[in-house]
Amino acid sequence: MDWALLVPLVLNGLIVGALYGVVAMSFVLIYKASQVVNFAQGEFLLVGAWVCWWLLTEWQLPFYAGFLVTLAFMTLFGIILQVVVLRPLIGEPVISVIMATIGLGIFFQALMKWIFGVFAKPFPPIFPADRVLVFGLQIQTAYLLSLGISVLIMLGFAWFFTASKHGLAMRATAFDQQVAQSLGISVPKVFAMSWAISAVVSAVAGIVVGIVNGVSSALSFYGIKVFPAVILGGLDSVVGAVLGGLIIGVLENLAQYVDAEWLHWGNMYTVAPFYALIIILMIKPYGLFGTKAIERV
Amino acid sequence: MSITAPSGEYHASYREDMTIFPTRNTRIALWVGLALLACAPLVFGRYELGLLINIGIMGIAALGLNILVGFTGQISIGHAAFFGFGAFASAYLHERYHIPVALCIPLAGIATALVGLVFGTPAARLKGLYLAIATLAAQFILEDFFARAQWFTGGTAGRITEPFSLFGWVADREESYFYVVLAFVIIMFVVAANLMRTRDGRALVAVRDHYLSAEVMGINLAYYRTLSFGIASFYAGIAGALYAHYLLFVSVEAFNILFSIQFLGMVIIGGLGSISGSLMGAAFMVLLPEVVQAGAEALSGSAIDRALRLGASISFLREMAIGAAIILFLIFEPDGLAHRWRLVKAYWKLYPYSH
Repeated sequence: MDWALLVPLVLNGLIVGALYGVVAMSFVLIYKASQVVNFAQGEFLLVGAWVCWWLLTEWQLPFYAGFLVTLAFMTLFGIILQVVVLRPLIGEPVISVIMATIGLGIFFQALMKWIFGVFAKPFPPIFPADRVLVFGLQIQTAYLLSLGISVLIMLGFAWFFTASKHGLAMRATAFDQQVAQSLGISVPKVFAMSWAISAVVSAVAGIVVGIVNGVSSALSFYGIKVFPAVILGGLDSVVGAVLGGLIIGVLENLAQYVDAEWLHWGNMYTVAPFYALIIILMIKPYGLFGTKAIERV
Repeated sequence: MSITAPSGEYHASYREDMTIFPTRNTRIALWVGLALLACAPLVFGRYELGLLINIGIMGIAALGLNILVGFTGQISIGHAAFFGFGAFASAYLHERYHIPVALCIPLAGIATALVGLVFGTPAARLKGLYLAIATLAAQFILEDFFARAQWFTGGTAGRITEPFSLFGWVADREESYFYVVLAFVIIMFVVAANLMRTRDGRALVAVRDHYLSAEVMGINLAYYRTLSFGIASFYAGIAGALYAHYLLFVSVEAFNILFSIQFLGMVIIGGLGSISGSLMGAAFMVLLPEVVQAGAEALSGSAIDRALRLGASISFLREMAIGAAIILFLIFEPDGLAHRWRLVKAYWKLYPYSH
């Protein structure tokens, strides 16, 4: 065992896992509020990161301004998607709704490739120091920032769902739409709001990843990595999503380590979460925190 | 099933009522259509024949997916991976064991069905969209397997396949391979149409429409969901094998998730739960990129072309067209081309007094 290699890997896994957790949370938000499995979650990251990159490079905006404009844009983007594409499909079978999000996914992925090209483009430098020393380990500033932002977003979610009026309305809608409606909650508004919040939160994650790795269509793969995370945590649990994200993040780094040391199969970093996904479906399909309403047949 | 029964056709038994081609005119149309198709290689060039062959192959795979999605109500996002597995399995069986290609194709179908069951069994037992997520995992695991298993797929170099041959007749050109695909299309579509009229086929539809009622009626849900997934994988495997022996070369990268989504698009566009719709959807999906390409070429050199870089980004335009087509069909024509076709037929049946 090579501890000097293992510790940074686990740390890296936790940082990336926190980002998975954030994306998974925004995925679960949409699922809970409107029962839509969003296969276009990764494209939210992609669109958000490209828009921010474009504002920062083409318009030379300072980072905080570009960041805020991007968030405003993503709010609109989420609402428009929900109203234009998803709202006409309310009441249609689950398959149609899933297919619509898949269609949205490939549409926006191709659109981004068309507008911005296929090559990864780096963000302009944002922090004065590229790396900082924490406990004797060199860590990228952006990673620290991403960890901070992730924790902030998670705390924000916790506050939103327990203390704010809109968050409670959203939980009520997730619990029972008819009852929520009879209590005076506008269900369409809640749906639109959930998409807007989800798009904004994903875009933040996308910008953070973009700062670290550069912006490219590889970002949308986060939307797919979300599935192992949410299945592990439970499809309808926000806490589970965070935990699932962290576990998947650490798992893929450990799998890479095991692979590099002993197996030499290659590519385990990408594939290991999906093996985990199949195994979870076999033994604990409702995940760690999900509602145990799954009926086995 | 026609909307209105034509006059002069009196079905006196259930058996007559359930035939695939219910009236004399449809039977005549069937034979005329087949005769015309059989003449196609005499009329068309290699490009058009290539398109027809592609439509046939994709149609078989889309039909398999339609049995799963349209008839059983489960969804698979890994169809292309199973399609690819069939392609490699057929090539491998022929090279390693020298089994004739004509036999390799059905064997590849069976092998693919078995692989499908490995991934489908944990998820097919669960309600809801768990199969979708399990097949998403299958897509990536199989893609990784293709890239890694040199003995099976030839690794990144890909694998060269032998042309189809039967009793010394070699189908190595579009003109001859067209008949092979046509034969497979007819067999697979007749089998599927008949399957849907059997007890098993009706059980699948019952599982889709209301799983609880189906269970109360004594239908074993787990069995039929798994069976349906097996059938879908079988069809994908057959289509993949046909594809391998058409291109005479199989490469690892071809079977990505975009390809899987294209299959789903064919099913949605053709019409969920429609046998003939699968073929229409496949035709739409095969012809759509050609139309996009033609459109871009027509604009080439113009100001629009220069401003939007159409020529250089044709592949992205195609992807966007696929995504947009799926969304637009879902919103405006959720029953697909098959439904539209029925409406057109009904319109002309009553023309000019259609109101």
